[in-house]
Amino acid sequence: MGCFMGKTIAEKIFDAHRVDNPSEDVHVIRLDAVFCHEITTPIAINDLVDRGKDRVFDPGKIKVVIDHVTPAKDSKTAMQGKILRDWARRHNIPDFFDIGRNGICHALFPEMGFVRPGFTVIMGDSHTCTHGAFGAFAAGVGTTDLEVGILKGVCAFHYPSTIRIDITGRMPEGVFAKDVILFIIHQLGVNGATNKVLEFTGPVVDAMSMESRMTLCNMAVEAGGTSGICYPDMTTVEYLWKFTKDDYADKASALDHFKTFHSDPGARYDRVLEFDVSRLEPMVTFGFKPDQVMPVREMASTRIDQVYIGSCTNGRIEDLRVAAQVLSGKKISDSIRGIVSPATPEAFRLAMEEGLLKIFLDAGFCVTNPTCGACLGMSNGVLAEGEVCAATTNRNFNGRMGKGGMVHLVSPATAAASAIAGTIVNSELYKGSS
Amino acid sequence: MKNFSGNILFLDRSDINTDEIIPAKYLTEISKQALKPYLLEDLKLVGFDPQRDIDGKQVILTRANFGCGSSREHAPWALEVNGIHLVIGENFARIFRQNMFNCGMMAVELPDSIIDSIFRKFAGQNTYLETDLDKNTFILTAQGLSQEVPFSISEFDRSLVASGGWVEYADRKY
Repeated sequence: MGCFMGKTIAEKIFDAHRVDNPSEDVHVIRLDAVFCHEITTPIAINDLVDRGKDRVFDPGKIKVVIDHVTPAKDSKTAMQGKILRDWARRHNIPDFFDIGRNGICHALFPEMGFVRPGFTVIMGDSHTCTHGAFGAFAAGVGTTDLEVGILKGVCAFHYPSTIRIDITGRMPEGVFAKDVILFIIHQLGVNGATNKVLEFTGPVVDAMSMESRMTLCNMAVEAGGTSGICYPDMTTVEYLWKFTKDDYADKASALDHFKTFHSDPGARYDRVLEFDVSRLEPMVTFGFKPDQVMPVREMASTRIDQVYIGSCTNGRIEDLRVAAQVLSGKKISDSIRGIVSPATPEAFRLAMEEGLLKIFLDAGFCVTNPTCGACLGMSNGVLAEGEVCAATTNRNFNGRMGKGGMVHLVSPATAAASAIAGTIVNSELYKGSS
Repeated sequence: MKNFSGNILFLDRSDINTDEIIPAKYLTEISKQALKPYLLEDLKLVGFDPQRDIDGKQVILTRANFGCGSSREHAPWALEVNGIHLVIGENFARIFRQNMFNCGMMAVELPDSIIDSIFRKFAGQNTYLETDLDKNTFILTAQGLSQEVPFSISEFDRSLVASGGWVEYADRKY
């Protein structure tokens, strides 16, 4: 290229991973990690066996978990687990997480240090965009792309075009990353970021924990986005330090390296949007699309039957802490079924050690093992026809948590407060806009 | 190569998601054929009855953002086992579109003005669509009506359709 042109993070990652350019618009990139779970991988495994190609490109780069329905609920889900388990053993895949060590993929794999700045990651799961929180390009794919990823360690994408979202102002007390991303999806629309990377920047993101950044990036796909992405900084260095300390002389040198995965000042964007969150209120979805969003205040007194706290969006320890803070010393309404599902064994263990599980149990919540379960209506809290759930999950699609059921997406604070009230309400953590 | 011609199923709505195309409770199936009875079971569309309306259709015409939501390739598979190999819309969710071509099927985009004119002219009638992949043209016919519509797909997508999908292509090349 003749003159220097600034690049976005996603462009830098693509340029460092490109192995082929089979036609003008298509780039085949090398993968640093291929993640697998028991819903979308078994059909890929069976197909590889049928084709006589039962191989894996690199067992060390394939990470495997049983998370969607665990423990198995019936013979079919038991067989899905068995196919995945047998395959992981036969290929000596070292990082396979079965019962007792398993958690929701998009919470467990970051916790294990499997995602690093500059990585390329695919998984047969649309919420793979979560891992962009570490400054990685991470995209959900279908089973065929996953199959090729397992076999060859490559995947084809269009060259990334990026929408940058600058999140500015000061987050009001009692407003959380979930409220911010619901508001952003409302602004973009469910088709507003299709085929685009969503880059989240600005002082509000800089001040967020890794958990909050994962909540932001997790829902990029609800606006159609390919990957969410945040700039890796000292928060990222600290989160990953126990895994990376042997690779760097000190944290400052890790930070210097991570900073190479920031967009250049002259980078070109599809669009740049700024959202000042200073007056943002807790948000909730209505209807059956995640861009149908309104302030909780305007939906107050909507009747609910169930409250669900968990999922790859909001089942991390930070989320459990906020919910427990709201529930501490209180009882949930007699009319509510409360379910909390810590996203990983580590989140479960910390919640136990910090006394959060006791708060949930004393309040009247059922505490389940880590699993995706109810979020997609597969197990552990499926709704009956006509029932309504306030959930910290990511999709309010028709029938998502059970045929004929209705889902309102909220933050963990709103979910906990709504469980106490029996209707959708703001938590006491939110003091109103100043 | 698969068949891309047939009778049109008109789905006049945007943002039809993969949970509507095939609900998650059927994702425990490990054979594609098992998905056949459940296609579009949870579709929210006034007047649509999956039991009555899907049979005998080979092409879907819809609006914007078809296939949004989950990455499940079960959505294209549920179409495939029902004999539907072509979806035409204003645009598609990225993963769904890629999954279609990865399976040797087609998700073809047309401008919203063309989609709109087709809906106004043909919806509600028995309409047959013939795909001419050499001339990049759809020919729609119904009682007393006919229309030719040009389309384009990329060379890469065309090669996936021709070679029967991404697995063989990639294993040969990389």
